[in-house]
Amino acid sequence: MLEIKEVSRYFDNFTALDKVSLNIAAGEFFTLLGPSGCGKTTLLRLIAGFDQPDNGDILLDGKSIIATPPERRPLHTIFQNYALFPHMTVTENIAFPLRMVGCTQAEINRRVAEALEDVSLPDKGNHYPDALSGGQKQRIAIARALVNRPRLLLLDEPLSALDAKLREQMQLELIKLQKEIGITFVYVTHDQGEALALSHRVAVMNRGTIAQVDEPSRLYGFPNSRFVADFIGQCNLLSGKVTQLQDNRAQVELEGLGPVQTAIPADSTIAVGRNCTLTLRPEKIHISSRVSHDEVEAHFKGIVHDMLYLGDVTVYKVELANGMLLEALLANSSPGRARFFEIGDQVEVAWHYDAGHLVMD
Amino acid sequence: MTRKNRLLKLVALGAYLFLYLPLFIVIVYSFNDSKLNAEWVGFTFKWYDKLFQNREMLSAAANSLIIATVSAAVATVLGTLAGMAMHQYRLKLLPGLVLAPIAMPDILMGVSLLLFFIMLNMSLGLISITLAHITFCIGFVALSVQARMTAIDRSLTEAARDLGATPWQCFRKITLPLLAPGIIAGALMAFTLSIDDFVITFFVAGVGSSTLPLQIYSMVKIAVTPEVNAISTLLMVLTLILITLTARLYPGALRS
Repeated sequence: MLEIKEVSRYFDNFTALDKVSLNIAAGEFFTLLGPSGCGKTTLLRLIAGFDQPDNGDILLDGKSIIATPPERRPLHTIFQNYALFPHMTVTENIAFPLRMVGCTQAEINRRVAEALEDVSLPDKGNHYPDALSGGQKQRIAIARALVNRPRLLLLDEPLSALDAKLREQMQLELIKLQKEIGITFVYVTHDQGEALALSHRVAVMNRGTIAQVDEPSRLYGFPNSRFVADFIGQCNLLSGKVTQLQDNRAQVELEGLGPVQTAIPADSTIAVGRNCTLTLRPEKIHISSRVSHDEVEAHFKGIVHDMLYLGDVTVYKVELANGMLLEALLANSSPGRARFFEIGDQVEVAWHYDAGHLVMD
Repeated sequence: MTRKNRLLKLVALGAYLFLYLPLFIVIVYSFNDSKLNAEWVGFTFKWYDKLFQNREMLSAAANSLIIATVSAAVATVLGTLAGMAMHQYRLKLLPGLVLAPIAMPDILMGVSLLLFFIMLNMSLGLISITLAHITFCIGFVALSVQARMTAIDRSLTEAARDLGATPWQCFRKITLPLLAPGIIAGALMAFTLSIDDFVITFFVAGVGSSTLPLQIYSMVKIAVTPEVNAISTLLMVLTLILITLTARLYPGALRS
């Protein structure tokens, strides 16, 4: 439905977007995720029409829209600060897009009332935006953007100004809303947790390029680069070199630790002698006081350096022989009182050969 | 109450007295039944009565009002455009050109405008005065509008465009209403600056057309008569009405 073709944008000497290509399907909840300055907001502004690409094309339903001014694009934006018009009441704000297309007053009244009903704020019509709470402003901004049924909704970090509890509630509402109305959402955020929770697909961006486009679970489980592994969730990154390939397993010489066996990921450019990173999620690492001799596991001795009790889980930082700190999660899920290792305890960390995910550097 | 607080109040009182006592004295003596501004004799309206029979004074007042109205109106339109342009585009030359007349000494403005008008072979009078006033008022309006523009979130105009407004509709429905306090404040400033300008007007007035400040000046040359007090009081009242009106119509307009 929305096709971004080799779009580049330069600001003076800074490359904000470098030949970015994306395909977003109709009805999809698509997220642009990345650290600040990665180009995600620039891309959103190009789609909205507030800015023009220096190269490339943006197609909506197969037709180029880059020459179309923002008011004639069938899409609306939810701004980070909501951008409600302060000199208009809530009703006038929601009526604005309807007035611009010349709806009759009766039609406007009916649809504004409906829109207010939809966001559960039927009695706020005569209030000015100043008199609303953050969450209410958010809802009104959504009502205003959806009132004349755009094909596409662009959301620019819409939840970043809300507190944690409200944010979670709004996330659930957004998912529900998107499912109900079936409009394509393009969502921009720097919050990887939010991206994973909300989206059908996520494009991770870094320095003006797309690092990886995938479903949240694949992004988390099978990052394609050190950057993505590090940016999405917590991850241990172990540098090494491929020394041997056998069947579906690779032997990797980890820096300062020695050889480990690990699975060869699908469509990898792996080759003997290449530098690589073994990405290892903390929850996939076992931590125990016993010494294991399991052949399918990699195991190393270490000392508990730090621990963080979080209620449901405990995070341990284990110092290995090479001085590296490995993060491991232990779920406090066994019945009875939670048991801990203490700082300074000798422990063994181990992981199944299939637990880590290998990426080439 | 602490000592510090009391001291603060005292200083504040002193400052207010310094600012408003002279004005207060002028008002009081405009009702004084004596030709001398020395002691209170009794209450009278006779200076006002005399004022309204002084034809020179009346025509000067009419001139001043016409000039102030026209130049404030023109300067407001041009200044608003300049202020918006200064905010919207990274212009190098315009801000300097627009704001220079504010910083320029009045006497320099007066002399150069006079030379300019003579060079153009223009006869001096109401038109030359009005043009001169427009020149120095634009900068003040532009400043006020520009300050207001920076306070308007760019995402508001973007949101308007995004929601279907053409650039003109966006200006009419969003920018202009949000800019109104800045424009009104600028217009008010322009009007007051124009009505009490002396130095520049003095140079470009020529003979035969006089404004209120020029008229008052020529009267004061002889003596500060109660008539001058009376006209000053009326000017004050006019300004006060304007300010109150603005504050009523656009709360917050005077804050910038």
